[in-house]
Amino acid sequence: MNQTLAMARRGRPGPAAPSGAGFADALRAEWTKLRTIPGTAWMLGAICVLTVAVSAGVTAATKCPVGSACAADTTKVSLTGIEVGQALVAVLAVLAISGEYSTGMIRTTFAAMPRRSVVLAAKASVLTSLVLVTASVAVAGSLAAGRLILPGNGFTAARGFALVSLAHGPTLRAAAGSVLYLALIGLLSLAIATIVRDSAVAAGTVLGLLYVAPIITLFLGGEPTWQRWLERYVPTNAGLAIEDTIGLRHLPIGPWGGLGVLAVWAAGALIIGALMLRFRDA
Amino acid sequence: MTPGTITPYRSRQTAKQDGFWQLAHAEWTKFRTLRGWMIAVVVAALLIDVIGLLVIRPHDQCGGSCWPSVPIGPGGEAVNDSFYLGRQPLAGNGSITVRVTSLTGATESGTGGRVLPGQTQSLRSDLMPWAKTGIIIKQSTRPGSAYAAIMVTGSHGVRMQYNYTGDLAGLPGTVSAASPRWLRLIRSGNTITGYDSANGSDWAKVGTVHLAGLAGTVQAGMFATSPLDFTPNFPNTYGESGGGNSPSLATGVLGHVSLRGGRPGGQWAGIEVGADGAGYSGPQIGFRQAHGQFTVTGSGDIGPVVSGGVNTSYDTETFAIHLDGGVFLALIIMAVIAAMFITMEYRRGLIRTTLAASPRRGRLLAAKALVIGLVTFVLGTAAVAAAVIIGTRISDDAGQYILPVSWLTEVRVIAGTGAMLALASVLALSIGAVVRRSVAAVATVIVVTVVPYLVGVTGVLPVSASEWMLRVGPAAAFAIEQSVPAYPQVIGQYAPPDYYPIAPWAGLAVLCGYAAVALALAAYLLRRRDA
Repeated sequence: MNQTLAMARRGRPGPAAPSGAGFADALRAEWTKLRTIPGTAWMLGAICVLTVAVSAGVTAATKCPVGSACAADTTKVSLTGIEVGQALVAVLAVLAISGEYSTGMIRTTFAAMPRRSVVLAAKASVLTSLVLVTASVAVAGSLAAGRLILPGNGFTAARGFALVSLAHGPTLRAAAGSVLYLALIGLLSLAIATIVRDSAVAAGTVLGLLYVAPIITLFLGGEPTWQRWLERYVPTNAGLAIEDTIGLRHLPIGPWGGLGVLAVWAAGALIIGALMLRFRDA
Repeated sequence: MTPGTITPYRSRQTAKQDGFWQLAHAEWTKFRTLRGWMIAVVVAALLIDVIGLLVIRPHDQCGGSCWPSVPIGPGGEAVNDSFYLGRQPLAGNGSITVRVTSLTGATESGTGGRVLPGQTQSLRSDLMPWAKTGIIIKQSTRPGSAYAAIMVTGSHGVRMQYNYTGDLAGLPGTVSAASPRWLRLIRSGNTITGYDSANGSDWAKVGTVHLAGLAGTVQAGMFATSPLDFTPNFPNTYGESGGGNSPSLATGVLGHVSLRGGRPGGQWAGIEVGADGAGYSGPQIGFRQAHGQFTVTGSGDIGPVVSGGVNTSYDTETFAIHLDGGVFLALIIMAVIAAMFITMEYRRGLIRTTLAASPRRGRLLAAKALVIGLVTFVLGTAAVAAAVIIGTRISDDAGQYILPVSWLTEVRVIAGTGAMLALASVLALSIGAVVRRSVAAVATVIVVTVVPYLVGVTGVLPVSASEWMLRVGPAAAFAIEQSVPAYPQVIGQYAPPDYYPIAPWAGLAVLCGYAAVALALAAYLLRRRDA
């Protein structure tokens, strides 16, 4: 629709434009590619199902027995599934570009759209829109599960635990932030896959960054300065600070600051990816 | 050779071209000649060492002398051996019998009770679950020497414990003047038998233990001790909190003491064993005698040291700290390579050549699994060995006490970690053969191995859920890295990376099962499907 409008504005005859294609065409091409791969729909469904299932499983296992003091961050507990869902988002993003490299499709793409950074921007836009929609569903499902399950596990209003609700400012921030978090993870993964090209290597790199960096951070326990630094600047550690709703003063980095760190990672990787696309043979 | 006769070329290879070893050799050639892969596997191995040795917690303030001389028990494990003892020598065979009428305790962190009178420190009455008082027969008063003891505990009833790690249950229930506990130890050669009774006439045997190399003359007496007040500290996001350890002491009141086989007219003399390791030293500690009643007050513990420094005054670790970060990076790199080892063939179409040359597909997969498994095992084991051996030495210099283990355990951890990496590679290869997409294979392996571990360590999940994942998932294999056992009679922080909820070999067997099932499925599909 937008694209038709854009073409109409520029007074172009239609799909068979003679000179290089614009961003709208690139968007449409990428949307068609991603939409017509059967894997995409499965992946998006899997992101929702896995995230909500893990969140629900964890909330069901989290109990506050009568008579004991609990200091649970009910919102963060409800959003635990993001920790696993992000792996699927990363895989989806990696496949969006390295799939083209493995089949050789990338050469066709660049022949049709010689402006490579436009292709990358279009891929990023299509991917981000898909992830934003999917993540919204996943986050909403996770919070709903928390809202339904937690009061039955002892997290009742009488004991100071309000129902998980988007009307609560910090919870709304955590929910919106988690959606953005997944979108940024998608962009970071897309960028890394653009840089390394091979799908297996890209998946290994992204998932290593997402999961092993926090483990190494943990083990640097004796070097408080290093550890503090890593907790602030490792993408997962920093980005997931957006889910915290209590004890914010003790966090190594604030919620929005943490998401900002992840955004800087994603932007930096995208710039490097765009430069490498431009100066490297496909 | 006469001119004009053309000798056709004949391969010098024997006819048996797709024998298993030829296949394995072919696969090894494929692997070896890809320079990127060889570099990657070497980098993976080096990462284990680099990360493993970076992860040292330096204790600058003490420079290698952070812990007092740690007693080593008869089994070679680091032990706590600090208690107050009223003793007499016992030459040859004999027995000691007492009646315990009271066990009380106090801690500096107690909140429930009142502040004890005459205390400068804020001691409050609070009995530790594993506070103990009773009778002991011990090789000597040197900390770490062999012993057998029968005792009343704070909330675990009567126990017979021996040589620091042994623990047998006797009569349940707490002790009081109205409900006393009679305890008896009988020595006969190297054998010591413990009995308990609620009334002094009906005796029940608790256990018989053998103390190898027990001296002719041993020390027999009454003791009391109380371990540091510690509650495991699980991440408090989930309401499970605790942590912090503070000294405590226990006071036992014992009467009706009879020692048979001692020197005639021998006197009971008090001594503090292992004063270095006692959490508390104050005027309360001691051994008093009045009207045939003995009162012993002691602080410390008689039992194994556990990791995390939770029951000692110094920091203790197992050498798992030198492994985990690097092992994960190596695992990811090897999973990527293993997955590519098969998916690359599909992508390039090489699989058709491969299958034309060796039509027996199951055998081909076995050869690939053997090559990737062996490469990973050899490099992984070598790297882990270096990390463990050098790491222990560096930790020592940095003032970090690594709990000693037997060489067999060390070999098990080193070779087991190599085997775990190899099995993860085979799993990645098999999943790669099943889905024929390397991304899916890599992502699956990482998510099923690293994520359960991550949540186990960081406490993203409630303890019960993460323990379950570390028991039934492929991540169970990390249990092979556990070098010291968890003891039910010692309260500790029994959580990864030092302790796992499954036995080491059982954990490795779980991963082995997953790899075997995946490999079988891959072989089946490889046979059934077109390449």
